[in-house]
Amino acid sequence: MLRPLLATLTAVAAVTALLAGCGSSTSSDAEAPAHSDSASTTAPTSAGEITVFAAASLTESFTTLGKQFEAAHPDARITFSFGPSSGLATQIIEGAPADVFASASDKNMDAVVAARAAETPSTFATNVLEIAVPPGNPANVTTLADLARADVKVAVCQPAVPCGAVAAKVFAAAGLTVTPVTLEADVKATLTKVELGEVDAGVVYVTDVLAAGDKVTGIEIPAGVNSATSYPIATLSASKNPDLAKAFVDSVLSADGASVLSAAGFQKP
Amino acid sequence: MTVTSPVRVPPRAPRPDGGRRPDADVTSRAPWPLAVPAVVAVAFLLLPLVGLLLRASWRDLPRLLLESEASGALRLSLVTATIATVISLILGVPLAWVLARARFRGRGLLRALVTLPLVLPPVVGGVALLFALGRRGFVGQYLDQWFGLTLPFTSAGVVLAETFVAMPFLVVTVEGAFRSADLGLEEAAATLGSRPFATFRRVTLPLIAPSLIAGSVLCWARALGEFGATITFAGNLPGVTQTMPLAVYQALERDPDAAVALSLVLLVVSVAVLALLRERWLHPGATL
Repeated sequence: MLRPLLATLTAVAAVTALLAGCGSSTSSDAEAPAHSDSASTTAPTSAGEITVFAAASLTESFTTLGKQFEAAHPDARITFSFGPSSGLATQIIEGAPADVFASASDKNMDAVVAARAAETPSTFATNVLEIAVPPGNPANVTTLADLARADVKVAVCQPAVPCGAVAAKVFAAAGLTVTPVTLEADVKATLTKVELGEVDAGVVYVTDVLAAGDKVTGIEIPAGVNSATSYPIATLSASKNPDLAKAFVDSVLSADGASVLSAAGFQKP
Repeated sequence: MTVTSPVRVPPRAPRPDGGRRPDADVTSRAPWPLAVPAVVAVAFLLLPLVGLLLRASWRDLPRLLLESEASGALRLSLVTATIATVISLILGVPLAWVLARARFRGRGLLRALVTLPLVLPPVVGGVALLFALGRRGFVGQYLDQWFGLTLPFTSAGVVLAETFVAMPFLVVTVEGAFRSADLGLEEAAATLGSRPFATFRRVTLPLIAPSLIAGSVLCWARALGEFGATITFAGNLPGVTQTMPLAVYQALERDPDAAVALSLVLLVVSVAVLALLRERWLHPGATL
């Protein structure tokens, strides 16, 4: 009873493998002409659609920048995908159809550049960390050292994500051993755990505390131990609309872009 | 590589009824409107797995599995999925019996409600668990105040999330078995003086044993693969709440090769589950 089924499965698997082989070779063949094609018929105006992959911490400021950009360019449409910079970098390297990447650390941008998916990124902002506690501060957290207390439940970002890497640096600089209860996927997930009151404190960016309004309270980390992370932005080689992508990057780097970012709490690079 | 000739289904073993000629050729040859989509469907289902196998760096596999948090995550996954299955058995089998046998108003509604997690997106389940059993949840706040017990970010929270998502699979499978089990045998036991619970334990349960096993394996596999409810309710901490699916997700951001290696481990476990259930699922005409 099993043998014919197995035979069929084997045959299908072979066909599938063949298909997969054909698929990958044809797609790489097709890529080159498609690219030169788009280069020869570039739209002179900033019209069309682009997808921007941006670090989770940029959610509010880039949403604002995107609206402003669309208002200034009525024929342009921008779709954002916000997430952990490390995850977005992996998606871009694996061929996700994005036009612009804005990372919360040089490391993830460097990985994208090394994979030849982007060229010449520009740094547009920097950001530092802050402690976020739920309203009322149930565990009475007042200093960074309180995060090392056994009775304080702390959420931080996972180490692969910029906010997690910077948090580890800050703890090391302060000589603290913090045992978090969870390593969240990105900074907004960490912030959410604080907003929900499931943890007593979370380590997020200054900009996240500002964006959360009165849902969390911020506690400053002394400048002596705090660490900054740089935000690079670049157009991606795979972009089908490089002109529009470049126009958006330019708007982020412009004086108007800088004022939106500084209002959100980012610092100038 | 063209699929023009109809796929010929190999002749089956002689039918038990023996009445029809085995070569009646009415159903053995798939007409192309069925054969072509069927082949596409099979290719579609197998293609991603081929992608996984092609991408795997086999030589680095042992190192990737040893270096990553794989062993801790796998152990946690196996332990929590097993506990979730045991809880599902203890609570789910009686529930299945009640749904199948007890007569009361609103039974249909009750069945719909308790099997809701079958169709509910798991991440929604995680959010719901958080607002019920989280530290500020309407039940969880009292657990915290009275017993100092908080479930999020603990391995117990992982078990809870997995049980929530997986138990309905067991309930549905076992309920069907209770329905189709031969009542005559139970009645015979009763007339011989067996008490109801003794009848349940010594007659009904052995009768439905195959479904009980199938339901348990299904429930266990679902618990093992749980992602959405776990990361939402239990968080992500290696060794405590980071199960295999969470480890795969996290590894993909840091080191895709490690993610592939971890995925292969889960694939092997899944194939093993399928092998366990082959009698049930690979049997022609089998239903859940």
